[in-house]
Formats: sequence, C-alpha cells, structure tokens
Amino acid sequence: MDQTQTKIKEFLSRFFKSHDLQPDEDIFALGFVNSLLAMQLVAFVEKEFGISVGDEDLDLDNFRTINSIARLVARKQGAAA
Amino acid sequence: MRLELNPQQRAAREEFRAFVAAEIAPHAGRWDRAAAIPMELVDRLRERGYLGSNVPAEYGGPGRDNVTYGLLTEEIGKGCSSVRSLLTVHDMVAHVIGRWGSQGQRERYLPALAKGDAGRKTIGAFCLSEPNAGSDAKSVETVARDDGDAWVLDGRKKWTTFGQIANLFLVLAQLGEKSDGKPTAFLVERDLPGVTVRPLPGITGTRASMLAEVFFEGCRVPKASLIGKPGFGVSAVMSTALDHGRYSVAWGAVGLAQACLDASRAYAAERRQFGVPIADHQLVRRMLTNMIAEVRAARLLCLRAGWLRDTRDPGATGEIWVAKYFASTMATRAALDAVQIHGANGCSEGFPVERYLRDSRVLEIIEGSTQIQQITIPLFELQEL
Repeated sequence: MDQTQTKIKEFLSRFFKSHDLQPDEDIFALGFVNSLLAMQLVAFVEKEFGISVGDEDLDLDNFRTINSIARLVARKQGAAA
Repeated sequence: MRLELNPQQRAAREEFRAFVAAEIAPHAGRWDRAAAIPMELVDRLRERGYLGSNVPAEYGGPGRDNVTYGLLTEEIGKGCSSVRSLLTVHDMVAHVIGRWGSQGQRERYLPALAKGDAGRKTIGAFCLSEPNAGSDAKSVETVARDDGDAWVLDGRKKWTTFGQIANLFLVLAQLGEKSDGKPTAFLVERDLPGVTVRPLPGITGTRASMLAEVFFEGCRVPKASLIGKPGFGVSAVMSTALDHGRYSVAWGAVGLAQACLDASRAYAAERRQFGVPIADHQLVRRMLTNMIAEVRAARLLCLRAGWLRDTRDPGATGEIWVAKYFASTMATRAALDAVQIHGANGCSEGFPVERYLRDSRVLEIIEGSTQIQQITIPLFELQEL
C-alpha cells in the first residue's frame, strides 16, 4: 500500500474496527456505510489530500474501495497540478 | 479548539446585536401576530449581507466563516425565530449550491441569493417534507419524469418555510417512479408554469415564517436544474442542506434560550412577591441558574461545531448533531422555565416568553426531530468506539 491507501485505510478502520479492510473490498457491500460516514469520508479526503470533491465526482464507484478512493484522489491531485 | 472569538468575530457580534436590538426584536411580536415579516426587512437583511452569509466572495457573498455565521444566527434567533428561520432555509439552499451545484448553477444563483444580481433577488426555500414524508426523506412521493429536454415534476410539498415569498425551491423528488428509489434534487424557479404556492397558516410557533404548500403539476424544468447526480438527492444534496440547517438551528436555539434568560432575569428582578423580588426566592433562582448553565453549554457545543466546520474536520457533522440536539431541547427547557417565572404574565402575548415557548417547540422538530437525533447520535458515537 502506498501512503494514500494507508491513510484511507486508517480512516475507514476507525469505523470498521473488527474488520481488516482489504484494498479492493467493497465498503458498501459490507454494510458499514451510512449517510454520516459518507459525509465524513468526503470531508476526510478533501481535508487530508487537499482536493475538492464536486458534483462530477458523485459516483459510488469513486468511493467503493480503498483503491477506488485512492484513484479519485490521484486523479483530482493530477488535475489540480 | 479555540474557545475565544477573534477581534473580527467580536466586532461582528456587536454589529449583529445592535441591528437585532434596533430592527428586529421590537417588532417580532407584531410580526408573529401578523404571521408575516415585511419585505422591507428582507431587503435590509440582504443589504447588510445577512442573507447568503456563506456565499463566497467570488460570487458576491460575504463568505463568512462558520463561527461568525453562528454568531449572526444566535443574535437573529434571540430577536425573532421566524427571521432566523429565513436565514436557515435560505442559506441551506445557498450552501448546497455552493457545495454540489454545477458551475452554471453557482453562477446563476449564488450572486442572486447573496446581494442580488442585476436586480435579480432570490429567496431560497427547502422543499423536502410532504404530507406523507418527513423524517423518512427517501420516501418522498414527488416524482420527476424524463421528458426529452426537460424533467417533469409532479407532487406536493408541505411545511415549506418562507415558501410564500421564496422564488427558488430546492426540491427532492424520485427520479422516474417512486419504486425506482432514486431520490434526486432539483432547483426549481417559482415562475415556471406548473408551480403553485398556497399559504399554510395556523402554525404554533415561528408563526411569521410564512409557511406554504408548494404544488408541482406537470412542471417542466430544464435538464440543467438537477443538482448533484441522479440518486444522490438524499445522501449528498439533502444531507448537506440539513447539515447546514442543523448548525443554523442549533445557534438559533442558543439565541432563543438567551432571550428567555434575559427576559426572566429582568422580570425576576422587578417582580416582587412576599416583599422581595422573586429572584430572591430560591426556587426561582434555581431556574435561572439552570438557564445560565445550559445556555453556556449549548453555546460551547455550537462553537465547537463551528470550529470543526471551519477546519473542515470530518467530525463536524456528528458534532452538529450533538449541538442541535442539546441546544434545541435546552431551548424548550429554558422557555418552559421562563414562562413559569413569569407566571400568568408568561401565558399572555403581552410578554415575549409566550412566543418563545411556542417557537421552541418548532426547533425540536425541524432539520431532524429530537427523536431522530436520539437515534443517530449513538450511531455516531458507536462508529468510533
């Protein structure tokens, strides 16, 4: 795991304490995500990685796994660079 | 966390306080009885940058930080809960457009929601509740059908705060059919054919908040009216709006409770029974003490929530739930005690605490009822255990 993936895993693990979340594991399928966590997740990636999540990013596939969130972060950081 | 206001925030609070003392508080009882606020007041609020507080400067707004916005809401809420409710719903719409709106939506609406753009002055309202849907937002029955170059909306919204004068509605509807389960949000302008507004009189509290029912009958809205993405109407758009609404209501509750305390302290010092001011009676003093302590506690919760919002902390949403829950229930306790301290006078419209008690009931229902908060706050705590 790179640094971005590790930070995402650390954040999500606060909510999934009893589960060792894998990089490609679907967090929606696990049933852990409610509207509060969804908002917290968006706020987390924005603050932690200095990106801005916009309406064009509202796609569950962007937030489905650690890896997909990391890809979103890389894409947004690349676009901002 | 910062516990002290910075010099700019302190100065802003003094400005808000002076405005409310001069232009809102003396008239609030009359507006309550008339079940309306004057449009001149709305214009004054706009002139002073009190509407669309959260609209960024690049769109013509004051771009206030969240703590300063909270201080404004507290002071307005101290003077008149109905006026505070205008700020709440209007800014919920502005907040959502700033957060999830397209570039085109931001450019079209944000300047008009703030200062007013080339004479176009917009008042925003929040259309979620329906006769059969409230806390269960995903069960709304309003539908939006795809019809080529437009969405066609059909449905009925209820309890729309300031719906009587609003001209931009943030509407939650099911995309396609209700069974599709794709709640989606739209920005609907009032002057479109198929939009009808009917005043909804007779509310218990915040009587001057000009409630309305809003009907959509074959209302064609442009495709660009959809805000966010299809299916994200609750999870992103309305959640964001309600997050802001709860923050605003929490501060408004602090203001209402402070008004209860101010009125009670003055009355208890002046009113004499058994040869002494009633403030000298220990049971009255106990009620005042509870109010003093609880108002301060609620204000600190609100400040913490505001600080977390300003630092974009992921924990802000949960802290806003806690602040809204405590502040709104505290406001009810404060209003009940304020009426009790005033005795029979407290049950008369000649004293504002009668209005405060009616208004406090509303705060425990809007933007997430007390019971919804009681269900959700433990989830927030348990998440991180």
